[in-house]
Amino acid sequence: MNLALSEEQEMLKQAARDFLSEKCPKTALKEMEESQEGYSPPLWREMAELGWMGLVFPEKYGGAGMSFLDLAVLLEEMGRAALPSPYFSSIILGGLTILDIANEGKKQEYLPQIASGEIVFTLALTEADARYEAWSIKVKATADGDNYIISGTKLFVPDAHIADYLLCVARTKESAKAEDGITIFLVDAKSRGINCSVLKTIANDKLGEVVFDQVKVPEGNILGEQDRGWPALERIMQRAAVAKCCETVGGMQQVLEMTVDYAKERKQFGRPIGSFQAIQHYLSNMATDVDGSRFITYQAAWMLSQGLPCRKEVAVAKAWTGEASERVVALAHQIHGAIGVTMDHDLHFYTRRARAAQVTFGNADFHREIVAQEMGL
Amino acid sequence: MDFEFSQEQKKFREEVRDFLEAEIRKGTFKPSCDAWIIGYSPEFTRKIVERCWIGLTWPKEYGGQGRSYIDRLILAEEMLRYGAPVACHWFADRQVGGSLVTFGTEEQKREFLPKIIRGEAFVGLGMSETEAGSDLASLKTRATEDGDFFIIDGQKMWTSGGKYMNYIYLVARTDPEAPKHKGISEILVETKLPGITIRPTIDITGSEAWNEVFFDNVRVPKKYLIGEKNRGWYQIVHQLAYERSGMERLMANYPLFDAILKFARETKYAGKPLAQDSLIRSRLAQLQVEFEVGRLHMYRVALVMDEGRAPDWEASMSKVYATAFEQRLASLAMDILGLYGQLLGESKLVPIMGMAPHSYLGSKGYSLQAGTSEILRNIVATRGLGLPTE
Repeated sequence: MNLALSEEQEMLKQAARDFLSEKCPKTALKEMEESQEGYSPPLWREMAELGWMGLVFPEKYGGAGMSFLDLAVLLEEMGRAALPSPYFSSIILGGLTILDIANEGKKQEYLPQIASGEIVFTLALTEADARYEAWSIKVKATADGDNYIISGTKLFVPDAHIADYLLCVARTKESAKAEDGITIFLVDAKSRGINCSVLKTIANDKLGEVVFDQVKVPEGNILGEQDRGWPALERIMQRAAVAKCCETVGGMQQVLEMTVDYAKERKQFGRPIGSFQAIQHYLSNMATDVDGSRFITYQAAWMLSQGLPCRKEVAVAKAWTGEASERVVALAHQIHGAIGVTMDHDLHFYTRRARAAQVTFGNADFHREIVAQEMGL
Repeated sequence: MDFEFSQEQKKFREEVRDFLEAEIRKGTFKPSCDAWIIGYSPEFTRKIVERCWIGLTWPKEYGGQGRSYIDRLILAEEMLRYGAPVACHWFADRQVGGSLVTFGTEEQKREFLPKIIRGEAFVGLGMSETEAGSDLASLKTRATEDGDFFIIDGQKMWTSGGKYMNYIYLVARTDPEAPKHKGISEILVETKLPGITIRPTIDITGSEAWNEVFFDNVRVPKKYLIGEKNRGWYQIVHQLAYERSGMERLMANYPLFDAILKFARETKYAGKPLAQDSLIRSRLAQLQVEFEVGRLHMYRVALVMDEGRAPDWEASMSKVYATAFEQRLASLAMDILGLYGQLLGESKLVPIMGMAPHSYLGSKGYSLQAGTSEILRNIVATRGLGLPTE
């Protein structure tokens, strides 16, 4: 049993931290959030040069051949910096899916371009019901000769407005069981019939409404098995949930440190407020939540990395981390006082991102249900 | 013991409701959360003025109605329930007028109370500073005597009232040599005086609810000193009890509560209304339970005020309790809306006008403003329970 990072992981962590704190000050964050793209393309190119996009892809596809656990370390630093970027969409949702289920031809065609940051992928999954359950997939893909015609609306698709490709989860067959008849399609974002509008969200993270209006997709663009996409989708959602937790842990850690610093500096009644017992108890609670979240998140990341079955561990991590982050943020606000409730201060970047992460790829209730199932209840 | 309202009180509540429902039908306003902080509408205030609903509890000789705090609570409760835009007159009505009634000179009462009642005086609170938050007594804004004037120099933060306020209720230091609690005075200052600069702060919801106010050599006639010079601390403590006491601490987000209940009843998940989901059902019911407990806390505070006492620990207790309730309400509303809870008011597809994320963010400030929950718990402990201070 060892909870420490390897030397290589420590180096990756420190390098990422140094890079992001230099390149990603809070003035830059504000600009990125308010820009049309929602991120900084020059910064994205620098990240690509550092090899970040290719981190977990095998060397034969232009990657560094590192593990999901290594990726977790990088994701945590991105969360710490509150970096807005299509990294999660392109690498976690796009690249890792292709690596998991695409045929060799597709891997060779797309992974090197994803690894170099040249192209951006995303996943179009949730619909109007806004659920992560099979029955909520209603967007239809109807066979038409050598093609499929996709029609319907996807919602909350991250970075849809800038993505080059969308992995669209559609229903190709009606069945008694909702999990049957689901297929994952690789769709060129420039296809005729795709219309994307950006939704205005609490985290200002450019989630899109994507309308597919009779979009023609060659049947060769099916990833994995036709009609049998659900098991792959479960794996996609597990990786995504854990990756989201990693970002959240990084954000929580930064919030904790920021709040400790403030409690040491801010004086009222002639003494630092961090010397008051109530504040000390709050910070202790925050630290407990942060460390627990890190442990439980990395456990799931490690198991995914090792290829071990971890449906329960992933659900435990996501169920825990989202709510823990809400507690940490609430106490941070309480300790910062009025200054923390302004747009001038940095705290809001984390408050808003944590709230969004809580509901992305399943909220606590969703994952608690999975835990209950795994408990045999 | 009697948990019923009198016939007059019931009629009064109906009168207020009828008025507000009519105004909503006319399109005068749309129910919104935090309407007492950011719902500025001089037109709406004028209608309240017409009904003589400002200064309900103040003595008739100054234009007030001489009614009870319970009556005022009924009025406030309905205003908040319907999310009416009362921000222009709220602060003056809630606490400044009361302070004038208790501590003001005859001249001051005759000048200002009618102005407030007529909706002509919109008063912001000039208390906090950058280095004087919870430690309000350490405030530094100076009021130096110069003949018949005070010269004000300094800076206030988190001043409510936006661009509508024409007066600031200023708490300033008149004796820098005295121990900090004994050198503070209260002065009512016209905001149009030369030397005053008001700069809005943008809060986490994107609203310009609060302001920095800079005083540079501002000359204020001494006749606007409220109460006794250097006794301001003891006066402000009295006023703070009123500031903390209100129903707005429990009901600022009542429109959200109403809206999420409606949403849960009307929205289906897998063919069944959300309200039938046992988890959601239980949590919403729990919120209702907590709301009903909170309401009685509020009424207790009003009864203390009707006895003629400033509700120092009682209002501290009710504010700590109620603001925590509001934070839980916002959080649960976000949970129920799921992915849709992320959508802001101006977004396509936004449910319930974006009230949930707005309240989620805005409610972070409730347990801070007008006394942090930590300070207030100290007050409950020391003044309420008699526990020793250090």
